[in-house]
Amino acid sequence: MNSLEVSNLKIGDDATGRALVRNSSFLVEPGSCTAIVGESGSGKSLTCRAILRLNPAGLRQSGSIALGGVDLTKLSEREMRKIRGRRLCLIVQNGMRAFDPSSVVGVHLRETLNRHFGWSRAEMTARMGKAMESVRLKDPVAVMNSFPHQLSGGMLQRIMIALALVLEPDIVVADEPTTALDTVSQYEVVEQFASLRARIGCSMIFVSHDLGVVRRLADEILVMRDGEIVESGPTRKIFSEPRHAYTRHLISAKEALNRRFNHVMGGDDVVDR
Amino acid sequence: MGAYIVRRALIAIPLLAMISFAAFVFQHLSPLDPAEVVLHSQGVPKITDELIAETRAELGMDRPFLIRYLDWLVSCLQLDFGKSYVANQPVWSLLGPALLNTLKLTLVSVAAILALSVALGVACALKAGRWLDKSIRGLSFVLTSAPSYWLAALMVWYFSVKLDLLPTSGMDSARSYVLPVAVIAIGYAGIYFRVIRSSMLGNLNEDYVLYGRACGLPESTLVRRVLKNSLQVAISIFGMAIPTILGSTVVVENLFAWPGLGTLSVRSVLSRDFPVIQAYVLVLAAAFVLFNAVSDIASAAVNPKLRNDL
Repeated sequence: MNSLEVSNLKIGDDATGRALVRNSSFLVEPGSCTAIVGESGSGKSLTCRAILRLNPAGLRQSGSIALGGVDLTKLSEREMRKIRGRRLCLIVQNGMRAFDPSSVVGVHLRETLNRHFGWSRAEMTARMGKAMESVRLKDPVAVMNSFPHQLSGGMLQRIMIALALVLEPDIVVADEPTTALDTVSQYEVVEQFASLRARIGCSMIFVSHDLGVVRRLADEILVMRDGEIVESGPTRKIFSEPRHAYTRHLISAKEALNRRFNHVMGGDDVVDR
Repeated sequence: MGAYIVRRALIAIPLLAMISFAAFVFQHLSPLDPAEVVLHSQGVPKITDELIAETRAELGMDRPFLIRYLDWLVSCLQLDFGKSYVANQPVWSLLGPALLNTLKLTLVSVAAILALSVALGVACALKAGRWLDKSIRGLSFVLTSAPSYWLAALMVWYFSVKLDLLPTSGMDSARSYVLPVAVIAIGYAGIYFRVIRSSMLGNLNEDYVLYGRACGLPESTLVRRVLKNSLQVAISIFGMAIPTILGSTVVVENLFAWPGLGTLSVRSVLSRDFPVIQAYVLVLAAAFVLFNAVSDIASAAVNPKLRNDL
């Protein structure tokens, strides 16, 4: 497995000349999980998409993004396309909108696997089926033959995870994968992310503003605000001794919410998930 | 899907019944007495009250209204629309061939409109904001705002008179289709390609395109997906374009002396040939209902979400 090193990443809007991400640098060690937290508009998603080189053409991007020593920003579009999916997997926020609404989800899965592997249709179905069962999707064949609107957001999120399981990428980039889900599905999906990493040994970049989820999954945390990384470090350290005022604000807001919750529930201490 | 088709077809029946009733009622609201029209067109020199009463009985006008309607409806279903007052031959023998000619013109035009709109819509969406997009939209604006008779006159002057490439009128060979089809297609394609363009642009911003790209799929696959989803909007519009063109070929048909519904309807209105007008209205209305149903079914075939409606 390879590390991912982002150096001096800058993203600006050509039209307005505004800087959206200023000089970000960070390293994702092989097999580790880095969480990016921060409010909406802080540049988390832009950073994710910049890694896959999927930001719209109107955004100017500079800096280097090295995957196992290869600078992705120097690759041709054709070479980049081979890396997307196979070595860098993106998991998007809203499962309900991630799949072509007029085809059954199996079409996307097969087209993707067809791009990267020379497998027969039967082999693709078998491998996909196995991966889907491991993320607790019952009856994979029926799921593959369903249209996106016939499945729930949580199921579609887990289909993306199952696809990542089959693709076995170096790095999974998850852009707020739990935000659009209800609490129960959120819990299931987070557990599947944890076991995805354990199973294929990939690294992970996990964007979220749910600190509970981040605490469960991340080894390292980057706190972003207004396009800047204001604080970074190991998860435990960020939670126990936050240095930046904004990080303290995030954590205290979370704790205040917990206290309120405990108070309403009439208990003293509810273990922080 | 099969169940959807049956349900959709059943809805069309009461609609058709209402339309036929309206067509029948409207004719009877006319102040003109059909008997008089018949006698006039037969060139009877002196029309007496007796003669009118006799002709009314001959036409079956003396029976109760509802009976006449039902009688008329049953014969209509057998394509028997009565006799033309003027030409003194069955309406269907006039209407049938005219309908066929107009249908040919319409279908060729719709095929041209579809091809033009999809090609231009896709090209403009993929190059949105660039000079290709801007120039196509600018040109289409000029062409669609030009009145069709003016456009037709210009094209006849240039292609038929000056270059002597195409016939000016009639329906003799495949070449006769070129000018009328071009005039119709330019007007409609200029509007429809914008629908496809904006629908494609909306779809290109959808998450499924981003996720598809992130999975390493090539642009051609993604454009195919986007086009398929964009056509859903277009299908219902194209479905309604067929009957709309059927009913609006009047100008083009009269300009190019096309022996179709447009020419026939104008002639019948001017000579107050009621049975022909009535049948014309009925056939066009039925075409609207029919193509509406067909486009709904086609939409449901592309967009599975719609199948649960109704």
